[in-house]
Amino acid sequence: MSGEIQSAGRLIVDRQTKPHLPTYLKLRNDPGRGRWVLLAPERVLTPDQTAVAVLKLCDGERTVEEIAETLAKEYSAPVAIIATDVLDLLQGLADKGYIKG
Amino acid sequence: MSEEIRGNGHCETVVVDDEPTTGVAGSATEALCALAPIGMLTELTHRCPLQCSYCSNPLELERANKELSTETWCSVMSQAGEMGILQVHLSGGEPTARKDLEEIVSAASKAGLYSNLITAAVTLNRARLEDLAKRGLDHVQISFQDVDAENAERIGAYPGATQKKLDVAKWVTELGLPLTINAPIHRQNIHNVGRYIDLAVKLGAQRLEIAHVQYYGWALLNRAALIPTYDETLASIELVERERERLKGVLTIDMVVPDYYAKRPKPCMGGWGKGFMNITPAGKVLPCHAAETIPSLQFDNVQDRKLLDIWLNGQAFNAFRGTDWMKEPCRSCAFKDIDFGGCRCQAMAITADPRNTDPACALSPYHGEMVALARAEASKPAPAFVYRNPRNAAAATKPAEREPALADS
Repeated sequence: MSGEIQSAGRLIVDRQTKPHLPTYLKLRNDPGRGRWVLLAPERVLTPDQTAVAVLKLCDGERTVEEIAETLAKEYSAPVAIIATDVLDLLQGLADKGYIKG
Repeated sequence: MSEEIRGNGHCETVVVDDEPTTGVAGSATEALCALAPIGMLTELTHRCPLQCSYCSNPLELERANKELSTETWCSVMSQAGEMGILQVHLSGGEPTARKDLEEIVSAASKAGLYSNLITAAVTLNRARLEDLAKRGLDHVQISFQDVDAENAERIGAYPGATQKKLDVAKWVTELGLPLTINAPIHRQNIHNVGRYIDLAVKLGAQRLEIAHVQYYGWALLNRAALIPTYDETLASIELVERERERLKGVLTIDMVVPDYYAKRPKPCMGGWGKGFMNITPAGKVLPCHAAETIPSLQFDNVQDRKLLDIWLNGQAFNAFRGTDWMKEPCRSCAFKDIDFGGCRCQAMAITADPRNTDPACALSPYHGEMVALARAEASKPAPAFVYRNPRNAAAATKPAEREPALADS
């Protein structure tokens, strides 16, 4: 993060953040194309399986840490690696306004 | 846009804009249009209280008595959802001029479509907006003709517009709906790009469209009154790029840049018949806003044929789909799958042949002359606007006015 300009109001996602999707985002199945989509104002996001699994856990109650632990159990993967990946994904989405904390 | 599309490996983003230029921009590897476009623009009416001289509607405006019925629009929404369209832009003209907008929004919502209301907002009251939100409207986009009220109201020819727009913007955020501010940029407001950004932040918008005017139809007719200089354009682009970084996570700024000053053409509509369709007030289904300016195309109507059948098999959609239609220099160009040869309507308007390379491309033999003309216009004082209204539409569609600008050169 060093050297990066920090805008007022920008959410910096850390392990204690309780992320949630703003109500105007719609996570939907797109059966014709065999994928999930996240519908946003004039955007269609196409999260992969990992991202869908993360987004489904972003309920505003679980912390990033808890989300990472849940996924680590589910996929039998090291929690440290999962946590880094989740933070990276959520920060990217937060910077587009698609995750609130 | 490339950074956004790349995402971080787990989540790609595709833009489903209503602008004539971006349409759908997405990863080249993804089959976006397996069976359906992801976005649909519905021009519910050409009636509008404003008279902006850069309107994206065709010069020949559709009369109110030719507009589709409520039932047909609702059927269009239902068919769109079934075929896999994901987003619908409810636009015009001014879509709130339709008294049955509520029913159309309900139908869009029922069909699972993400709905964007694209409005000038001057005739919208709070009760109606609340009702639309309850019916499932997902997002509201409000145009501001300038940030200075007096200039804005001169550009749109609608006194009192600014305060009304500010009121509606406030209601949108109060109702918890996401808000986009649309800023059509040209030489008469380009000095205010920075203030547009401040306004969008102040209003709590999620998104701002810095939409440099594209020169088709009304805007081509008014090009001399609208086109900024190269230096002004460049400065505005640099400002937006700086502000994007500063406002990361606060405001998304989408920018549609003017193609006259670029070396390569824009990937118009993200490729013809690839990810986007447009339905006119009378039900004609077009591959883009301006497609009716190409005389060799035949357009199907939703009253005669199913939407999916039109998309897959309609003559107009297949005319420039893919790359087989291309002539040189597009045919052997390394960028043909990236920019798709640019814009067919601009090729038509400037060179009289829609299969020619878009003259915005530096490889077009018409490029130098078109840009020189535009630069010369930008350096002279702006002439008066030809406002977009039925009287001027009648005058502008007389055959003599439709001669391609550089066809004989």
